Amino acid sequence: MLIIPCPHCGPRDQIEFRSGGEGDRARAVNPSALNDGELAEFLFLRRNTKGPHRERWNHAAGCGKWFTLTRDTRTHRFIT
Amino acid sequence: MRVANGGARIDRSKTIGFTFDGRMLTGHPGDTLASALLAKGIHFVARSFKYHRPRGIVSAGCEEPNALVTIGTGALAEPNTRATMVELYDGLVARSQNAWPSLDFDLGALTGVASRFFPAGFYYKMFLGSAWRWTKVYEPFIRRMAGLGPAPTAPDPDIYDKMHAHCKTLVVGGGTAGRTAALAALSDGRVILIDENVPDAWIEGVRYLSRTTAFGRYDGSLVMAVERLTDHLPLAERSGPRQRLWQIRANKIVLATGAHQQPLVFPNNDLPGIMLASAALAYLRDYAVLVGRRIVIIGDTDGVEELREAGAEVVQLDSAAAAHGRKRVTAVTDSQGRRYACDAVLMAGGWQPAVHLHSHVNGKVIFDSSRHCFVPVADDDQPESVGACAGDLPVCAPIAPVVGAKAFIDYQNDVTIADIDLATREGFVSVEHLKRYTTTGMATDQGKLSNLNALNRLADNLASEPGEVGTTTFRPPYTPVTFGTLAGHDRNLFIDPTRVTPMHDWHVAQGAVFEDVGQWKRPRFYPQPGEDMHSAVLREGRAVRHGVGMLDVSTLGKIDIQGPDSAAFLNLVYTNAWTKLEVGRCRYGVMLGEDGMVLDDGVTARIGDNRFIMFTTTGNAARVLDHMEDYLQTEWPHLKVWLNSVTEHWSAAAVTGPRTRDMLSGIVDDIDLSNEAFPHLSWRTGKVAGYTVRLYRISFTGELSYEVHCDARHAPMIWDALFAAGQPFNVTPYGTEAMHVLRAEKGYIIIGQETDGTVGPDDLGLSWAISKSKSDFIGKRSLMRPDMQRPDRRQMVGLLPDAIVSEGAQITASDTDTDMLGHVTSSYWSPADDRPFALALVAAGRSRIGHTVYARFGDRAVHCIIVDPVFYDPEGEHLNG
Repeated sequence: MLIIPCPHCGPRDQIEFRSGGEGDRARAVNPSALNDGELAEFLFLRRNTKGPHRERWNHAAGCGKWFTLTRDTRTHRFIT
Repeated sequence: MRVANGGARIDRSKTIGFTFDGRMLTGHPGDTLASALLAKGIHFVARSFKYHRPRGIVSAGCEEPNALVTIGTGALAEPNTRATMVELYDGLVARSQNAWPSLDFDLGALTGVASRFFPAGFYYKMFLGSAWRWTKVYEPFIRRMAGLGPAPTAPDPDIYDKMHAHCKTLVVGGGTAGRTAALAALSDGRVILIDENVPDAWIEGVRYLSRTTAFGRYDGSLVMAVERLTDHLPLAERSGPRQRLWQIRANKIVLATGAHQQPLVFPNNDLPGIMLASAALAYLRDYAVLVGRRIVIIGDTDGVEELREAGAEVVQLDSAAAAHGRKRVTAVTDSQGRRYACDAVLMAGGWQPAVHLHSHVNGKVIFDSSRHCFVPVADDDQPESVGACAGDLPVCAPIAPVVGAKAFIDYQNDVTIADIDLATREGFVSVEHLKRYTTTGMATDQGKLSNLNALNRLADNLASEPGEVGTTTFRPPYTPVTFGTLAGHDRNLFIDPTRVTPMHDWHVAQGAVFEDVGQWKRPRFYPQPGEDMHSAVLREGRAVRHGVGMLDVSTLGKIDIQGPDSAAFLNLVYTNAWTKLEVGRCRYGVMLGEDGMVLDDGVTARIGDNRFIMFTTTGNAARVLDHMEDYLQTEWPHLKVWLNSVTEHWSAAAVTGPRTRDMLSGIVDDIDLSNEAFPHLSWRTGKVAGYTVRLYRISFTGELSYEVHCDARHAPMIWDALFAAGQPFNVTPYGTEAMHVLRAEKGYIIIGQETDGTVGPDDLGLSWAISKSKSDFIGKRSLMRPDMQRPDRRQMVGLLPDAIVSEGAQITASDTDTDMLGHVTSSYWSPADDRPFALALVAAGRSRIGHTVYARFGDRAVHCIIVDPVFYDPEGEHLNG
């Protein structure tokens, strides 16, 4: 059970959060201009980093805000 | 036997009674079940898992592999309890396990006779042949023969509690090293100390959790422990929770979990009377129990003089070649063949630190070659280990295993050294393969007394070192934890909240049969006397088609959307266009995921220039709100839109059928219900019984239909008023089952029934809802993916089957074909046409209208004709009237 550092509420138990997958990925401003390969990458491909991993969390049972944190997937430590 | 020496833990002045296998015995307060049995000279207490060999008590602690008994009777019976960990109480009832008809005379021992046919992994090679042999012969036989104790069949009546705690320092282990660490940590802040037993001395200022086992360590500096509150008390004295689960977050964790002495490996090392030397000394010192009169000690240990003073003859050997005996050890032979008669053998082997909690969260271990054991590697990221568990142990020379018949490595799973050698010969040379192929270390004792010996043998066989071979991963729980403790109070009704509508009591009074939709209780149908679901649903459906029906739709998701960019936002989340929707009108919307698959559908109404209310499928409400909120926060924070769930603020009744207008005109005030004034897909505000209501003209049945929405606090009164107003028209309450049938007759989809995350809007015939002019909406680009354009995509169609078909039935071109063309998504009996019908997804379905296919389920093949998915009123005359 991780302790997740919510930027708004402070460290909270993992059970209060919902995971949102890999972070730092933006939806294209003009998705219609993407070719099939770029679209597939947006939809399906993830880096799946072993090590510092950028990921989204939503404090669902708290402030309700989405934010992105870095977590080392080898040690589960959040890197601030 | 009980002696005058020692006995630090027992109170000799009192006697308590207990039974073992029906035999009445006595012991003292402070005894464990094991010490009390040994005090009576009883060593043979169990039969082994596979070979049903007689087994005795090996240890004096939680690492006990053999002495597994069932404590208690009936619903309170707890099987597979280690006798060494049971605190004796007056009236305790204990029984041996895995022996029939009795411990002494066990027919299961015949497997021991045939044991050469049951080596490790025998089931991979032996039980070949057709599948029925597995279900009818092999499996029942194995289940009866191999065994631990049977579980009780009644629900656990005990109460279990849960607590959270936070502290500066958590010390696990109440021995010398643990107490020293706790004392030193007091100046830092709050200290919690976890002790398996009851401590004999208490350190002031330290918070003790006694009779508590820390069974797991987890990320975030979390330790979970079980506190045993009443297991040591006579039944009549027990009250309150039986056990308490502790979830402890500590700033610093100190592990002082000690070490386990390891058995020696030689033929028949599992006979009753053969135990760990440290255990025999513990029994003498703590419980005044001498485990034998003629003792042979193999290896070096302290306490030899104490054993002699207590009255035993003691012989010490450097090694043993074999032990002899049947239900008790009677002799030991040494490597020269000399025979020593004895009634107890003490194995003074090396020690293995209890590194489990260290290892649970990536703690590494390293092989210490002078102590011949694995010790924790110190790391800033890991807890501090102190004392024996850190490797603070005497240096010793290992005693080599002796190979021969029945030289056991893992007592509990009956794994011998021959099995380890067999596995190596067969190529299972990785420690992970060795473990799983032989099952060594996989029993309830998790290899505490077997892993090290197994690894040593593997290393020898590979001409390697134990450090090279490595260990398998230790995982929680350290010792078994009963499910009740993990469940705590989250049982039965407390597992999940139950959500009911304001009309719930009315539905119950009407005799509704309910179904669970997410956490909601919704009426499924209202059976009248003599009706089953089929007849009730037919009656309800016909009432809606010919008269008027009422359905409680309060559970529908409702999302309030406000802000100047509301319409622009709806344009992005829905496939169709919203800017021009007038205040007072509603529109059906289709919502896609980024991959172009249908996520949800529903109606959204424009309440004001900058305000909408969105209705979603009951089960999807939270998901849709989260989906929209996510985009607003992370992709489009520039949009001025605010969302709120109002699902429970509004209640609603759907009133539907050809007589609806007649029924509502008498009861709804201030609204002109005529078709011209109040067209389909619009809303109006009025009153019912004096309460403000909003009527939405939305239909899910294909009949003339109004949803009457109100403040949830007024709902029961409004429902009653509507129902009374409907009596002259024979208004019929109907449930979700009839609702499903009626919508299916119109080809209306249900999210999760016709959709499964792989179905796109065109597949469902919803291309009409996809805007061609909008430059962007979620999923738009993905609709152009080659896979979304495939001509053989599965498309929604109707089926006219010869008989009712199963939902999920596979669709094939002929009754023998095995190529799956699609599947049945919904299947019902049509109230309108009085015949079976279904909706299905079929490859290139729309081009196959008129064709014959078969629906396959079980061993049935039902002939079907593919038709348009709208079975009833395709022109929509009833809807728009």
